[in-house]
Amino acid sequence: MNIVVCVKQTPDTAATVTVQDGKVSWGDSPLVINPWDEFAVEQALRTKEAHGGKVTALSLGPESAKEALKHALAMGCDEAVLVSDPGITAPDSLVVSAVLAAAIAKIGEVDLVFFGRQAVDSDTGITGAQVARRLGWPSLSLVAAVTALDAAAKSISVARMLDEGRQEVKAPLPAVVSVVKEICEPRYPSFMGIRKASKAPLPVWSLADIGISAPPQSALTWPEVFAPPKIETRCEVVEGDSPAAKAAALAARLIEEKVI
Amino acid sequence: MASKVFVYVDHFNGQILPASLEAIGAAKTAALALGSSLTALVLGEQTQSLAAQAIQHGADDAWVAEDAKLKDFRPEAYASVVAKALQEAAPEVFMLPTTARTRELAAMVAVDLSTGVAPDVVAFEIKDGKLLATRPVYGGKIFAKVVISQALPQIVLIRSRVFPGPEADPAKSGPVKKIEAAVGEVKSEVLGYKPSDGGVSLTDAAVIVSGGRGVSNNPSLTPPAEITDEREKEIWRAQQGFQLLRELAAALGGAVGASRAAVDAGYVPYAFQVGQTGKVVSPDLYIACGVSGAIQHLAGMRTSKTIVAINKDAEAPIFKLARFGIVGDLYEVLPALTKELRARLGK
Ligand SMILES: Cc1cc2nc3c(=O)[nH]c(=O)nc-3n(C[C@H](O)[C@H](O)[C@H](O)COP(=O)(O)OP(=O)(O)OC[C@H]3O[C@@H](n4cnc5c(N)ncnc54)[C@H](O)[C@@H]3O)c2cc1C
Repeated sequence: MNIVVCVKQTPDTAATVTVQDGKVSWGDSPLVINPWDEFAVEQALRTKEAHGGKVTALSLGPESAKEALKHALAMGCDEAVLVSDPGITAPDSLVVSAVLAAAIAKIGEVDLVFFGRQAVDSDTGITGAQVARRLGWPSLSLVAAVTALDAAAKSISVARMLDEGRQEVKAPLPAVVSVVKEICEPRYPSFMGIRKASKAPLPVWSLADIGISAPPQSALTWPEVFAPPKIETRCEVVEGDSPAAKAAALAARLIEEKVI
Repeated sequence: MASKVFVYVDHFNGQILPASLEAIGAAKTAALALGSSLTALVLGEQTQSLAAQAIQHGADDAWVAEDAKLKDFRPEAYASVVAKALQEAAPEVFMLPTTARTRELAAMVAVDLSTGVAPDVVAFEIKDGKLLATRPVYGGKIFAKVVISQALPQIVLIRSRVFPGPEADPAKSGPVKKIEAAVGEVKSEVLGYKPSDGGVSLTDAAVIVSGGRGVSNNPSLTPPAEITDEREKEIWRAQQGFQLLRELAAALGGAVGASRAAVDAGYVPYAFQVGQTGKVVSPDLYIACGVSGAIQHLAGMRTSKTIVAINKDAEAPIFKLARFGIVGDLYEVLPALTKELRARLGK
């Protein structure tokens, strides 16, 4: 199995994100591997452990995104590649998917590409499906379990988590899979893994390296970012001598305020 | 005159989704602002009644593609048909509800048409003929205005339960045009489907009763003797506890949710999880029971219209967001609240 797992570097979800001078800022909070992508890395590693082959972690981003790739290497990925190019500024998913698809094509003879369900900064959750479309491969999104994988027959079956329930889907390989949290529990990087990752070569590919001559253009811009409207709430703590009295008082208030 | 605004009608098991009606309402507003009519796009094996409903809810006409190969929603197939229709009609705006299906569909159509996608949109305005959409990012900590300026159509997925669903006018009808279902090669195959238990989908629910790690906190429940492992005992207790939440949810016709801590501990499946790494919900009423209110949990429910917190700890952060609170043990409060509401609501 030749497996690629795409990872992004994002601010920690506990970071206090604010707007400063019209730009998003997370202060000195750390940048980490996108939490969803840890599940994708884990699933990629488990697939390799069960079926053999190799796992390449792939990221598009600035130089600092190497840290997210090192995390993936420390978890056990065999190789990592960063695509970085001064021509790429403020990419939208259209640009990101074009670059990732070209990089996957360059890696060559890939059987499976894993994504996390979405990035916790842009929150779009569409990049995996766009990469699949560009490559002409099936897209299996919101995957909660790989129920069957036949490396010889080149087919995969998965359980997907839809809004209404679970759907079982079968598709031929190569395919793009984006995973939800239920799929597995990510392992912690081992001490040996961290040491190995710090020494591993980390090639950086430019757009020219992946055969893109003109930087792709974003279709979308964010002309304005702002703090969400403050929710002015003052909690009315319902009092009473007993739990039953409190419950009765709450029910009365909910009905009075026409909440129910 | 061709419509400048198209709206996609998502459906499941032959039923139009409430989210689709909301999208029709939002798209109608956009169409009026652009001085255009609104066309509904319906794909499937049977589309007649869905197209008629879309028109009754505000679309002026409908384009439908029918084919046995469109019976199961498969994104590749649907995207090919939708992209072709949009190429032909060349609308300026393509609106969809945000669901698991449409997110993937819109992603693929955008690749085919080299345009942008704005998912989870909570507000929009039309300015100089362009749509300016507002969407939460960074787990709702920031809002961004998004413009799709480089290409058409501007693809906008609107978030569930934010825009009102329009009333139906049963007398209204409009032209329905059949379009070619150029499905192309579809590699994936749907093997089966299992509905989630509980019936009410979290994202559509008007009331959600959510449980956190606090639900495990009832030492007086005695697990059956065959459970000896401490962790198994805790899970057993919490699962009994979630039954109290189910009863309250049932009394209010709502759904049950959970915090990540409750999911990670194995009390309920991941499908219940609300938050940054779970589902984003905006019910009219969200009752958080034994949930502390961590920032990642708030990311998924802060847009709920009324939040009620039931927690033993008067200092729990959830009280900062809640409109009403009860400081107390959920094991004492919930049965009393369910009883009280059943009596008052006559159930
Ligand atoms: C990358 C990342 C993503 C995350 N995504 C999510 C997410 O999507 N959703 C999410 O929820 N969390 C998420 N989290 C986890 C989040 O940080 C918190 O750990 C989690 O929300 C806490 O859940 P909780 O409130 O149930 O548990 P706790 O924080 O343990 O709170 C339990 C509460 O129950 C109360 N309590 C205890 N017993 C009782 C009783 N008998 N009656 C009444 N009250 C009682 C306590 O006072 C306490 O306030 C994420 C974390 C990370 C790092």
